[in-house]
Amino acid sequence: MVDVLHSAPTRPSASPGAVSELAQETLALCRRLFIQLQRRPSTLVAGILQPLIWLLLFGALFAKAPAGLLPGGVSYGRFLGAGVIVFTAFSAALNAGLPVMFDREFGFLNRLLVAPLRSRTSIVLATVLYITSISLVQTLAIMLAAWALGYGWPGPLGLLLVLVTLLLLLAAVTALSLGLAFALPGHIELIAVIFVVNLPLLFASTALAPIAFMPGWLGWLAALNPLTFAIEPIRAAYLGPFRLDQVVLEAPYGSLTAGQCLLVLAVLSLGLFLSIRPLLDRKLS
Amino acid sequence: MIRLEHLSKRFGTVEALQDLSLEVPRGTLYGLLGPNGAGKTTALRILCTLLAPDAGTVTIAGVDALAQPREARQQLGYVAQEVAIDKILTGRELLQLHAALYHLPRERGQRRIAELSDLLGMTDWLDRRCGGYSGGMRRRLDLACGLLHEPAVLVLDEPTVGLDIESRSLLWQVLRQLRDGGTTVLLSSHYLEEVDALADRLAIIDGGRVIAEGTPDRLKGELGGDRVTLRIREFATPEEAEQALTLLQGCDGVRRAVINRAQGHAINLVVDGDGVVEHLRRQLQEHRLPVFSLAQSRPSLDDVYLQATGRTLMDAELAAVAGRDPKAERKQAMR
Repeated sequence: MVDVLHSAPTRPSASPGAVSELAQETLALCRRLFIQLQRRPSTLVAGILQPLIWLLLFGALFAKAPAGLLPGGVSYGRFLGAGVIVFTAFSAALNAGLPVMFDREFGFLNRLLVAPLRSRTSIVLATVLYITSISLVQTLAIMLAAWALGYGWPGPLGLLLVLVTLLLLLAAVTALSLGLAFALPGHIELIAVIFVVNLPLLFASTALAPIAFMPGWLGWLAALNPLTFAIEPIRAAYLGPFRLDQVVLEAPYGSLTAGQCLLVLAVLSLGLFLSIRPLLDRKLS
Repeated sequence: MIRLEHLSKRFGTVEALQDLSLEVPRGTLYGLLGPNGAGKTTALRILCTLLAPDAGTVTIAGVDALAQPREARQQLGYVAQEVAIDKILTGRELLQLHAALYHLPRERGQRRIAELSDLLGMTDWLDRRCGGYSGGMRRRLDLACGLLHEPAVLVLDEPTVGLDIESRSLLWQVLRQLRDGGTTVLLSSHYLEEVDALADRLAIIDGGRVIAEGTPDRLKGELGGDRVTLRIREFATPEEAEQALTLLQGCDGVRRAVINRAQGHAINLVVDGDGVVEHLRRQLQEHRLPVFSLAQSRPSLDDVYLQATGRTLMDAELAAVAGRDPKAERKQAMR
């Protein structure tokens, strides 16, 4: 069959109403997800509570860490904030594929696919919009909590950097999760993968400790972990005025600036979206 | 209105469809009859653009569904075998979602939801969440989703399986109404009675191909003869049955007679003409054989199936159920 993830070739997207039809279907699919959230808010609440507990417990666990342990002599709580923010967004995005998987399993996706959708991209788009907005809400809650705990608040420019970094990370992880949701046979397998990936990626990043603190091999892992590329620019934004060409990551293979970290994230999300595209095309056509 | 030509589809080693061709005229209520695993669902999924055939063509209202799936979908309403609703949404919210997916303008969407709510008797519970609906309510809502955009073609896959009597008769009534209004309705079923009572035309499918096609009357008429079941006693002895069989086989107008052991040695006959049964009764009397019961009927669609495949639909059904692989079926249904 033809590639229908994008507008059917027989009818180019320039045809009148294409954009408004795409908006209509995307909004309707989004509305469904938000109604579900409103009636079953537990995932949103848990998504705020879990990082909050991380922040409190881990902050307390290392509250008495010897001064000078962390680069720049910051308190552990202040150090941890950026890690927990990134972890919150990451966990939310990693679960993005679950609703899609359930729709596949319950035949709801087939129901959507017999409708004359302008473009089946709307199914992916709705999920991305939904996950992005709830994880931004969760992040905001965590940032406020960190501020209340005295762990600081980024300036206006820093806030923009936090937003851009998170959007790039969310895009990458959502693409990964959607890819898994279409590649794996069922939700049990998807949950298993999420379970296996989630915490190790956290521990093998600079969320909880700086690279200097890690044994060599773990330092290498952390320096290659996408989470680290999101954590370090945000951490820099929390530490005061920053520039994009400021070095934020001292990796075993060299130093990286905030701008380079963002570039890595951008390339990663683009790469992931491009690599799941053939799969989505096949499954959605 | 619907034309399937030379469709074939293979899942692994299983030939689900083998050169299946079918033509459904505009405004007919068309039945697809066959046991589980005959290929009905596969054919309907291909028709509804959910599955690509390995070979063959699909035309809906003049649109080549394989080349222009979007245009074909606009003509189609599909009610799948598995009811696809969202438990968290209310029925109305689900209908609104589908109205948007079919790009209905807001007003038309509201009007259609109101109309279908009346037609399908959903007014009382449409604003409750779908999670609490009974099977019949879900099925009605699912049908409403398929009808929102007033499609020219409505396709239903085994719509009455597991349905309560009230919902079933409502469904039958609605399908007839739609047909009378000019909609082409194609439904699959493994219930003979349903297809017999409902369909203007039907195709019997077995092993992925069409084995008989026509109006129910013509198909049954072609078989000819009446079916007679005769019981000497409620439970006759084999000897008695044998004796009666020999006697009956010699009578004029009896085409075929066999002893049915499963029915307490009843005798199944195919006879020609109306007078034959009375003649048989007299013959038995003369030979001092009692008659416990004597039932005569026109050939049924089951007889049509039996004639074509050498087994009854019930037997095929049982064999299919025994050989089912739920895991493979789920895989075929999932995207």
